[in-house]
Amino acid sequence: MIKDVYNLRRKQSVWRNLKTELLIVLAIALIIFAKDLLAQSGIRYIHQERSLYRNILVTEDSQRRCLRFTITSRNGQNQSCRYLDKPVELVFPYAKMTLASLLVHSNPQRILIVGLGGGTLSDTYSQLFPDADIVISEIDDAVVRVAREYFGFQETDKISVDVGDARVFIKRAGLRGEKYDLVILDAFNGEYIPEHLMTVEFLEEVKRLLPDSGMVVANTFSTSRLYAAESNTYREVFGEIYNIRMSGTGNRVIVASMQSLPDTDTLESRAPAFKELLEPFGMDVTEYPKYMSNEVSWDTSERILTDQYSPANLLNN
Amino acid sequence: MNEKTITHSRFQITLVLMLAFMSGFIIMAIELLGGRILAPYFGSSIFVWGSIITVFMLSLSIGYLLGGKLSLLKPDLRLYGSFFVCASFLLLPLVFAGNEIMESVFLRIEDPRYGSLLVSMLLFFLPTAIMGMIAPYSVRLLVISTDGSGHVAGKLYFISTLGSALGTLATSFYLVLWFEVNQILITMCLVLIGAGFVAIMAGIRNIQSEKPNSAGDNPQ
Repeated sequence: MIKDVYNLRRKQSVWRNLKTELLIVLAIALIIFAKDLLAQSGIRYIHQERSLYRNILVTEDSQRRCLRFTITSRNGQNQSCRYLDKPVELVFPYAKMTLASLLVHSNPQRILIVGLGGGTLSDTYSQLFPDADIVISEIDDAVVRVAREYFGFQETDKISVDVGDARVFIKRAGLRGEKYDLVILDAFNGEYIPEHLMTVEFLEEVKRLLPDSGMVVANTFSTSRLYAAESNTYREVFGEIYNIRMSGTGNRVIVASMQSLPDTDTLESRAPAFKELLEPFGMDVTEYPKYMSNEVSWDTSERILTDQYSPANLLNN
Repeated sequence: MNEKTITHSRFQITLVLMLAFMSGFIIMAIELLGGRILAPYFGSSIFVWGSIITVFMLSLSIGYLLGGKLSLLKPDLRLYGSFFVCASFLLLPLVFAGNEIMESVFLRIEDPRYGSLLVSMLLFFLPTAIMGMIAPYSVRLLVISTDGSGHVAGKLYFISTLGSALGTLATSFYLVLWFEVNQILITMCLVLIGAGFVAIMAGIRNIQSEKPNSAGDNPQ
């Protein structure tokens, strides 16, 4: 009897060991397979590291260098990309949609960017507004390092990075009475949403940083229940909002402002003046007003997100 | 004095197992909610989770020690029940003064590592330590003989850790999707109080039914 139990246990532990080994083999196979897929499409790995928060990969093909946080080669997993031969031009629609928000408020002198990525937005805004002070809040110092090393990101007397959680940074900045004309929230990647950066209380803290002419531009998602919940949350804090949406991208950009928002006709009439300024970034801004809408076209009964209730990742499934 | 054969009523065994399961469930649910509670003040950086887990492990370890010490006295369901009631009351500051406590620490300590560690101590140490006392005391309530003690302990670990697993799963998959953090916490406080009272009542009943027995054992 005792021997039987012993044998059974031994069998079980053998099976358990076998399972672990199988899992390891599978994981290795998966990594090799994913790498092969990338290799087939002509993508090279420039750099790969595991930071405290994520995998960081820098890839390059014949046209562009990209930062990504996942190993899988699904579309849209790149966080940030640069064209090798024309580094100024923006690769992603969402970055262009973000720039289109300049039609709402045009001349920011102090800019806060939450989420560095490859430093695309920071570089773009610093080229557009060389005199503006730009502060970037980034949680992962490995991302800052990679942006410096592989994407030419540089801190200057105008551009500084605070490594830490953005919620903490914004709360402290509010206590210090700091003001930013433009706050760009770009901390949401497709895999995981920091839920404490999407609540009414958080947006109230962001609002404290905005002067009377201040504006928030948030790069988020265009699908799932989260779309409605997030829209309602922004409306709760800021009233009317603009949504910038384009087909072919899973992103949407929310524009909210301390002042009442200009109507679409006004945006149309402002656009030509910005055409030349924004052309180097690979966009014709006069096409963008038609993607911008202040209509409430979502389910307004979806619950508002608060610090008490913020299942953003569950709603995004 | 003749050795009394100790048996436990089926009711007492079921009760203790259920309460052990429940305390496991609630401990992990609170730990998981802790991350969410601290995030608005200290962020969700890795060290915030580090602080929370450290404090939970520390308070549980101290709770185990104290619970074990207390179990040296005559096992008493009333005392056992009072652990649950105490834990419930010690959780109230988290619900009703959590923001004020976090705010005052946030204003005094710049470094979010030590801020989150201190806040975790203030908010979670006492209730979790009390809930830690439940496990060893449960063992004492169910153990009949030294031979069977490992079996009883194993069964209790099994049931309370199973509770922890389910508490983690239920909270992260569903409860936060359906309810506000404070609604979940208040419900858990009420469940703890209810459970505590059931144990206390059962303890009182045990004492009353023991009295005639002890009179019989020891005729004067």
